[in-house]
Amino acid sequence: MRVLMLGWEFPPFISGGLGTACYGLTRAMDQLGVQVTFVLPRVVESQYVTHVRLLTPGYRGGRDGGHARETEFENVRFTAISSALQAYTTADAYEKKMAERLSLRRMMAGRFGSIEVGGLDYGGDLYREVQRYASLVTELARQEEFDVIHAHDWMTYPAAVAVAMMTGKPLVVHIHSTEFDRSGEHVNQRVYDIEREGMERADRVIAVSHYTCGIVVNRYGIPVEKVQVVYNGVERNGTWSFVETSIKREERLVLFLGRITMQKGPEYFLQAARRVLGVMDNVRFVMAGSGDMMYRSVELAARLGIGHKVLFTGFLRGDDVQKIYRLADLYVMPSVSEPFGIAPLEALDNDVPVLISKQSGVSEVLRHALKVDFWDVDEMANKIVAVLKYAPLRMTLRNHGNFEVRKLRWKDAARNCIRIYEEMLVAV
Amino acid sequence: MPSVCFYFQVHQPMRLRHYTVFDRDDRYFDDSKNAAICRKVANKCYLPANRLLLKLIHEHQGRFKVAYSLTGVLLEQLERYSPEVLSTFHALAETGCVEFLAETYYHSLSFLYSRKEFIEQVRRHVDLMECLFGRTPTVFRNTELIYDNDLALLIEAMGCFDAIITEGADHVLSWRSPNFVYLPKGCRHTKLLLKNYKLSDDIAFRFSNRDWAEWPLTAGKFGQWISAINGDGDVVNLFMDYETFGEHQWEDTGIFEFMRHLPDEILRHPDNNFMTPSEVVAAYEPVGSVDVPRTISWADIERDLSAWLGNPMQSSAIHELYRLEKKVKRTADERLLDDWRKLQISDHFYYMCTKYFADGDVHKYFNPYDSPYDSYINFMNVLDHLQSRCAGRAGRVLESKPTANRREAQVSVTV
Repeated sequence: MRVLMLGWEFPPFISGGLGTACYGLTRAMDQLGVQVTFVLPRVVESQYVTHVRLLTPGYRGGRDGGHARETEFENVRFTAISSALQAYTTADAYEKKMAERLSLRRMMAGRFGSIEVGGLDYGGDLYREVQRYASLVTELARQEEFDVIHAHDWMTYPAAVAVAMMTGKPLVVHIHSTEFDRSGEHVNQRVYDIEREGMERADRVIAVSHYTCGIVVNRYGIPVEKVQVVYNGVERNGTWSFVETSIKREERLVLFLGRITMQKGPEYFLQAARRVLGVMDNVRFVMAGSGDMMYRSVELAARLGIGHKVLFTGFLRGDDVQKIYRLADLYVMPSVSEPFGIAPLEALDNDVPVLISKQSGVSEVLRHALKVDFWDVDEMANKIVAVLKYAPLRMTLRNHGNFEVRKLRWKDAARNCIRIYEEMLVAV
Repeated sequence: MPSVCFYFQVHQPMRLRHYTVFDRDDRYFDDSKNAAICRKVANKCYLPANRLLLKLIHEHQGRFKVAYSLTGVLLEQLERYSPEVLSTFHALAETGCVEFLAETYYHSLSFLYSRKEFIEQVRRHVDLMECLFGRTPTVFRNTELIYDNDLALLIEAMGCFDAIITEGADHVLSWRSPNFVYLPKGCRHTKLLLKNYKLSDDIAFRFSNRDWAEWPLTAGKFGQWISAINGDGDVVNLFMDYETFGEHQWEDTGIFEFMRHLPDEILRHPDNNFMTPSEVVAAYEPVGSVDVPRTISWADIERDLSAWLGNPMQSSAIHELYRLEKKVKRTADERLLDDWRKLQISDHFYYMCTKYFADGDVHKYFNPYDSPYDSYINFMNVLDHLQSRCAGRAGRVLESKPTANRREAQVSVTV
């Protein structure tokens, strides 16, 4: 089985679950012996840029010797395509970034006079960049051999559809999130159209949960028999232990970790925090992450009069994530609409009990987690207080949860994907 | 000649309402949900089953007999929500073919945590039975058939019971049969009646199971199984939840039809008869002594306490509850005492069980909560508030004030 996979940078180079999912799934496929050509967009700051860069398993390039994770694979070949596309970007954010880029170049050019200010290497707006990426991928695909195309999230769909049309190979699109999750009811029509066309043209649609499957069927009009649910897994870090930290801390710590965007429900977290602080004092709330609602969240915390109890750390990577997990008594995911939600699994893997919104895919697979409607901030606070107050609750959630999370493996997700590939190939 | 001894457990818990850390009142119970469930079960089970058994008793002119154990918390609810069920129990009592057993009024696990509280609850239940049905129970059954040697010794020391009922667990009996009367280890005159769990569960659990090789179970077939015991046992103890009829096994499974014909089929064999537990005690001598050093129950395959005390949440919740005993009793506040005792209903701890949570089964079916965690949080919030009431009252009440006479303070149920 040979797969042309259109995916995204692995963590820690992007935040959020998309990169984590691409990494986990691809690694598991690699271990199962599936040949994968993994195509991803990457900004390459070099004057020697060619549009396509082949990265063999031995490759250790890039700034700060990064992307080392790409060397772990045996059966996967990485192909980076020079593009400014980034997971989770929006049209506005993209334009802002391009403008910054341009002005930086102009400034540099003015100062040194030697750097040529050529035309933009990248598309001027997000949609044009998505189309540019599609044509580059099509070009690349001419030289590749593969049996199926597997594309992750909307920015890769036009590329995937183009390759499918050119080669006649079966296409599976993998829905990690939809425009309805990201934007609520205020959907961006162009994004919606791209998503819908990708799903319609695909031979199979993989949804990361039944929750998402429902959106795909009801909001995008995709026939239910074309959609299959494949749950995400979690990568075990192997450093877990059942020992509660022996340090007697004065304060309890409640953690929000994720992008601070509308979708993730940061304001519900803060509203709940205010209620918790109404009945107990020795607790601090940490919001780890960045996003377009970060400043509004800082303001809201101040307005609620709990600014001194809420700590904003910005985006955390690597060791810092482990550290914050070690300090946390509870992880809260108050998402308004969460297709899956890998982060709670990681929290459980780090022995942190979790409270998750019922509007999430992960609540379908986790039983040993506290669950709450994202809007029910009283109940959210009620549960937070209980976890902080009662050690036996923490202990039971942690022990059972840690055990449960071990059953959610990327290998199973990969096997499910392979089964879907095989079905498509038989059908063709 | 095996005597068939039916005993039905009749109980409904008092479910808590959703109670958060922000709630400040002492309304702990979900009256509307309790009322709705009580009425539903009354219509599906208690009324039709009582009427059927009444009819069978009349038809067989004293040859068909059964025993009940009715919890105090059930009777309080019946009085409030379904008084017609109470009147049918009265009619059953008047036939003289029905025996009522003694248990803890609050269907509690108090034996495991406080002997003093346990004895008070048993006395209160005995008083209630005397008051309602005019007869004093002589056979004791503990909540969920929880039993060990210590329980037997305590019951014998109380001096008011002739026998105890418990599970005929394999690991206790090993090669011996539950179809005889035994003596608890260390007891001199208290007898032990053991549930024949195989035949009991054939009715209570397997009756409607189409994957079961014996499905469909007919009264004739069951009668033959009973008769086959002839010469190989004195008594077949069929102990089960009364809700088996119409609630666990729905009416359309044919469970009522089965019961309608069962007395005929059993009495068809001239050597068979029906007896109540106290008649069994009077009729048969113990064949040996049974040693139960480790506590057993009739729950799950484990037949132990793990359904109520299997995880840290359960043990901490119940421990915290009984830790309040002295404080609660010192206040001499009857309402507070009653609330505290209703929190002892074993079901509250059963809801916190994580044992089979992932598989979804019988534990889930009877659970008003989405998860054991929600149930623990709710219980602890209520307990926290109850504790604050103790503290609030403590200053105002004289330490020396004696507890009110138990016999007077009792029976809230009147008919």
